[in-house]
Amino acid sequence: MTGTLSSPAYPHRHILGIEGLSPDDITLLLDKAETYVEQNRQADKKRSLLRGRTIINLFFENSTRTRTSFEVAGKRLGGDVINMSVAGSSIKKGETLIDTAMTLNAMHPDVLVVRHSESGAVHLLAQKVNCAVINAGDGAHEHPTQALLDALTIRRRKERLQGLVVAICGDILHSRVARSNIHLLNTMGARVRVVAPRTLIPSAIDRMGVEVFHDMAAGLKGVDIVMMLRLQTERMHGSFVPSTREYFHFFGLDAKKLAVAKPDALIMHPGPMNRGVEIDSEVADDIDRSLIRQQVEMGVAVRMACLEALTREIPNELSL
Amino acid sequence: MSRIFLRNARLLDPASGLDRKGSLLVADGKIAELDPPLGSSTAGAKEIECQGHCLAPGLVDMRVELREPGQEHVETLESGSAAAVAGGVTTMVALPNTEPAIDDIALVEFVARRSREIGRTHIRTYAAATRGLNGREITEIGLLQAAGAVGFTDAHAAIADAVVMRRALSYARTFDALLIQHPEEPALAAGGALTEGETATRLGLPGITPAAEVMMVERDLRLVEITGARLHFAHVSTAAAIEAIRRAKAQSLPVTCDTAPAYFALNETAVGEYRTFAKLSPPLRVEEDRRAVVEGLKDGTIDAIASDHSPHPADSKRLPFTSAEAGIIGLETLLPLTLELVHNRHLTLLQALKAVSQRPAEILRLPAGRLAEGQPADLVLFDLERPYKIAVDEFRSKSKNSPFDGRPVQGRVLKTMVEGRLVFGGEA
Repeated sequence: MTGTLSSPAYPHRHILGIEGLSPDDITLLLDKAETYVEQNRQADKKRSLLRGRTIINLFFENSTRTRTSFEVAGKRLGGDVINMSVAGSSIKKGETLIDTAMTLNAMHPDVLVVRHSESGAVHLLAQKVNCAVINAGDGAHEHPTQALLDALTIRRRKERLQGLVVAICGDILHSRVARSNIHLLNTMGARVRVVAPRTLIPSAIDRMGVEVFHDMAAGLKGVDIVMMLRLQTERMHGSFVPSTREYFHFFGLDAKKLAVAKPDALIMHPGPMNRGVEIDSEVADDIDRSLIRQQVEMGVAVRMACLEALTREIPNELSL
Repeated sequence: MSRIFLRNARLLDPASGLDRKGSLLVADGKIAELDPPLGSSTAGAKEIECQGHCLAPGLVDMRVELREPGQEHVETLESGSAAAVAGGVTTMVALPNTEPAIDDIALVEFVARRSREIGRTHIRTYAAATRGLNGREITEIGLLQAAGAVGFTDAHAAIADAVVMRRALSYARTFDALLIQHPEEPALAAGGALTEGETATRLGLPGITPAAEVMMVERDLRLVEITGARLHFAHVSTAAAIEAIRRAKAQSLPVTCDTAPAYFALNETAVGEYRTFAKLSPPLRVEEDRRAVVEGLKDGTIDAIASDHSPHPADSKRLPFTSAEAGIIGLETLLPLTLELVHNRHLTLLQALKAVSQRPAEILRLPAGRLAEGQPADLVLFDLERPYKIAVDEFRSKSKNSPFDGRPVQGRVLKTMVEGRLVFGGEA
């Protein structure tokens, strides 16, 4: 839109999901994020790129980590960040979604960062507002910034995504992290496996371009990356799996199961971890293998990149 | 008395196989004569020149929700009647899932009275099979039938308890009453938003396995074997359920079924990116199931096509997909969507008309669905070929929840007549 910008512009109005993004879109965001990693390690972390811009974190579902990450990202770019936590039983589902969106829209925010427990809720909201929308997780659908930060973390260690074999293990059925990662990794030329008991694998997942395993020994064989997923407490005791003990025995990641992966295989987890359920502390805390803390660090950089990408096309006289 | 002479029509009667050019005289609310000789009998009659268009029995829509009493802001018997006659529907049967539920003779009589007062399409009603649709205690089937209820159903709720279903069937047989089941195993369908498979997985939505339908169908077929009662399965949508019903019919079990246009006109991909107007119950299915529905209509396994008219206000549809209400309106699209099957050469015109008039009337034992001398003059005149785009803004229904808005179709209702009175397309 403005011809003065040197680097290519992100061509979409929102970031609602990884599905539909091109390899160039993803690379653009990752490259942008890369520039923020160093900045975030300096004493002076603040920039004025988003000065005068209003970012509203609208969280219909509780999340301290993701919300904080977006808040830090927005503030480091100089934006005004407002947190609206509307999670809780007083919210009548949906009806207030549009109402809340319209109310906030009238305050002229520049970016809405939205998390909601229902798949598709963020798409719906994005149709009703004038500003850019970032999906911070919708139901079991997508969590695009998580997949981007995972990709950035992998790329910094492995220097590529193309050709890597990645096993995503655990509750695929309910996981937006899994879906976004499947889209991203496939788009970037990695090979994706999913590993879980059959009750936690959604039907026709193979149609999303993954190989399905129900056995960790087979699923982890020769992989470069092991991504573990969190198993929610309410799904542990007899509904989807019989017990945490049995789950850990067959599907929890420990040093023994990890032994069949490549010798330099790396371990990831979107957090928060259930130690002793899906992952053993010994591997989670292995500083040579575990990328879990780096993921958190990359999260801020990726979210800064997303905020920049969505706002740079909006004329802002202050930053010129 | 009032007489109307309809001339130069294409007369269609699926029951007798009639399909030829001719004319028809209506007198005293009945079809008095086909091809009356010009002269004394037609003299003084109001003439309608049909210009060769199709004159057929008025549509009998065996499954509509009209929301009155209780949700008159969504639809009323009056607005539903306006939609019906615009769609060529001369008899419609309301589901009992109103507020309160129609489980008492006073409510059956209320619908009958309102139907007479409104004086457009015939509004009949089902009564609840269980009190308050609670799935436990059966209603006064004998008294309700005597009051005019044409069948018994818990609407969108399947009767889940096999013992209750067995007793309802057994008791209904005492009065030769018809039960209508929503065939879906509720535990398997609980929380589901669309059919299980690729689309549900990609969108991260809880799916409903297509097996939920055939499981309930097969259970109920066993109960029909035990009880001998008449059972009708509403809106069947899967290949497996249709095959089970096909086999049951081959064994001469007293079972019938219908489907709705959405199940042969759309598949699960209509959901796209969370389009709640494509959220139905049962959910839209995969392409193989859609084709099986067409095959079921072709070979007569599926007896009837019902609109499954299910009005919802915008605020129940503008919600995240899992929270949005399921269901679409259909009274004003029943005929053109059914005619797609004719234009696509899946059904003959008479086969299609049979599924929307003769068969539902037979299943419900209603005096309708025939174009023959002595029958009620409930008729629809339609232009089989005229192309147009479906426009929900023009609908008479109070609700506009249709996924077919903008769809190009062929076949437009020109006039609708109920008991010899022109109730739609009146001028000229």
